[in-house]
Amino acid sequence: MKTGRLELRRGAGRIRRNWGLYLLLLPAFTLTLLFAYKPMYGVLIAFKDYSPALGIGDSPWAGFKYFEKFFHSYQFSNTIKNTLILSLYSLATFPIPIVLALMVNQMRANRFRRFFQTVSYMPHFISTVVMVGLLLILLSPGTGLLGSVFRLFGAQAPDLIGSSSWFASLYVWSDVWQHVGWDSIIYIAALSAVDPSLYEAATVDGANRWHKVRYIDIPMLMPTAITLLILRVGGLLGVGFEKVYLMQNDLNILSSEILSTYVYKIGLLSSQYSFSSAINLFNTLINFALLILVNQIAKKVGDNSLW
Amino acid sequence: MGVVKAARGSREAARAGKGRSERLSEALLYILASLFLLILIYPLYFIVIASFSDPSAVAGGQVWLVPKGFTLDGYRELLKHDNIWIGYRNTILYTAAGTAIGLAVNLSAAYALSRKDLVGRRFFSLFFIFTMFFSGGLIPTFLTIRDFHMYDTFLVMVLPFSVVVFDIIVARTFFRTSIPGDLWEAAQLDGCGNLRYFLLVVLPLSKAIVAVLGLWIAVGYWNSYFNALIYLKNPDLYPLQLILRNILITNQMQSSMGSGEAAQIALRLASMMRYSVIIVATVPIMLIYPFVQKYFNQGVMIGAVKE
Repeated sequence: MKTGRLELRRGAGRIRRNWGLYLLLLPAFTLTLLFAYKPMYGVLIAFKDYSPALGIGDSPWAGFKYFEKFFHSYQFSNTIKNTLILSLYSLATFPIPIVLALMVNQMRANRFRRFFQTVSYMPHFISTVVMVGLLLILLSPGTGLLGSVFRLFGAQAPDLIGSSSWFASLYVWSDVWQHVGWDSIIYIAALSAVDPSLYEAATVDGANRWHKVRYIDIPMLMPTAITLLILRVGGLLGVGFEKVYLMQNDLNILSSEILSTYVYKIGLLSSQYSFSSAINLFNTLINFALLILVNQIAKKVGDNSLW
Repeated sequence: MGVVKAARGSREAARAGKGRSERLSEALLYILASLFLLILIYPLYFIVIASFSDPSAVAGGQVWLVPKGFTLDGYRELLKHDNIWIGYRNTILYTAAGTAIGLAVNLSAAYALSRKDLVGRRFFSLFFIFTMFFSGGLIPTFLTIRDFHMYDTFLVMVLPFSVVVFDIIVARTFFRTSIPGDLWEAAQLDGCGNLRYFLLVVLPLSKAIVAVLGLWIAVGYWNSYFNALIYLKNPDLYPLQLILRNILITNQMQSSMGSGEAAQIALRLASMMRYSVIIVATVPIMLIYPFVQKYFNQGVMIGAVKE
């Protein structure tokens, strides 16, 4: 009891002494409160028949009407399927930056290595709009690079952009192309922190290059890899709106309509605020559950977890 | 004698064999790496040479290694479009203001959270981290922005979404691991307060993390179009990426679908400047990287690997 009060008084003293720290915290705190937490209260409109005239508080309750509407709509299974395919497919490319980092780490020719790294970063700086523009330009069967290559062999290029079955592959592999070099930076940094004496000891024991990669490098990368993997899985259903929306067209819409693009269209293009929010909330909740699940698994399997 | 000789012979053979396989794996490594470089670099190189070539030669598949029918028409055409330059100006303003605000807000919050003697540290950390995984969603956020009368303003592009929790975590780890605690004790004895200490001691010691976050934030602002799509209506406020979207994607889609005279003109215009516009929009942000590169490995490593 006494110590408790003492602690409290010491805490209060520390707060007073460190008022400057709270001042530093204030801008980020206020912005988060206003633009992240206040909208969380707005989630209520998913359970209401929102009318702009009445506002969020006074609009009549609708219960789970809009959730049921979504579960029964023909877009339900389609958007969820597309979202899952896209995110699992992306997730499957997760090891590629690791492989690249292992490769870069093996390069002894310093100048080549530096050139290689600099070039592999470059596509990362391309914007989503330009990236999708590039895809459209290069893959156009009539006027693009792909068309030209096919014509060299006297063949007619397929229309990949306007094809439902190619959509996921285009999305995922153009992402790999763009970000593999950049995503490998963190692994390269982790590898450069490996104690050189480990390699020397391995050499003495007769280990070859492959053995060193297998038994030193890869285990060293595991903690970093797992942390990043958990973060990725947490955002599994939050597949980026920006790129998918730009890549959509009438011909591939069957496989390119995902939850976030659907939320945008229902909400802002056709102004069904409550319906859109319900779909959005459903998406967020699944994400949240997945994150907790994966974090628990990671905790059980290894010693890694986010919190 | 003979036995010893044989043994030595076989050992030498083994060493030679090992040398050969080492050299083979070395060669394989560099071949793979070169192939990889080619895949990364050729599309970028193609855009550059296509931007200096006659559009019909590009469309006809005659441009492979060097520009064909050298022309600057693509760049000259850009000059005629005011909206591109308005967009350019807006993007520069958004990027400059957004990066300044982002750095100020995130770095100061990160520093406060890095201090072990901050009372309520766990609460504040959770307060921020929670928003990484749960959000109100599109419509509630949109309504919030409208309630604050920020819809279709300059401010909405630089202020509301400037808190990036991931950046705060990275910077917090950096401060925690690379700013010695004794320094604060010493400064305190000299009567230096928290604010002065942060500005005059911590920040000058943290150039690496300032450079890394600055780059992340600047690239983000330069390349994003989502907030502009959702929160802007007035074309005079449009950033470059939204204009690019019209040139590279909307036009391209329309012209490949439609066949009227308007579509033909749109196609010709788009094909004339789509390469040059990509160059003009992408080169400036790519040029930033070499300037911060020297800080990069240090910053990323300390900030992220140890987390």
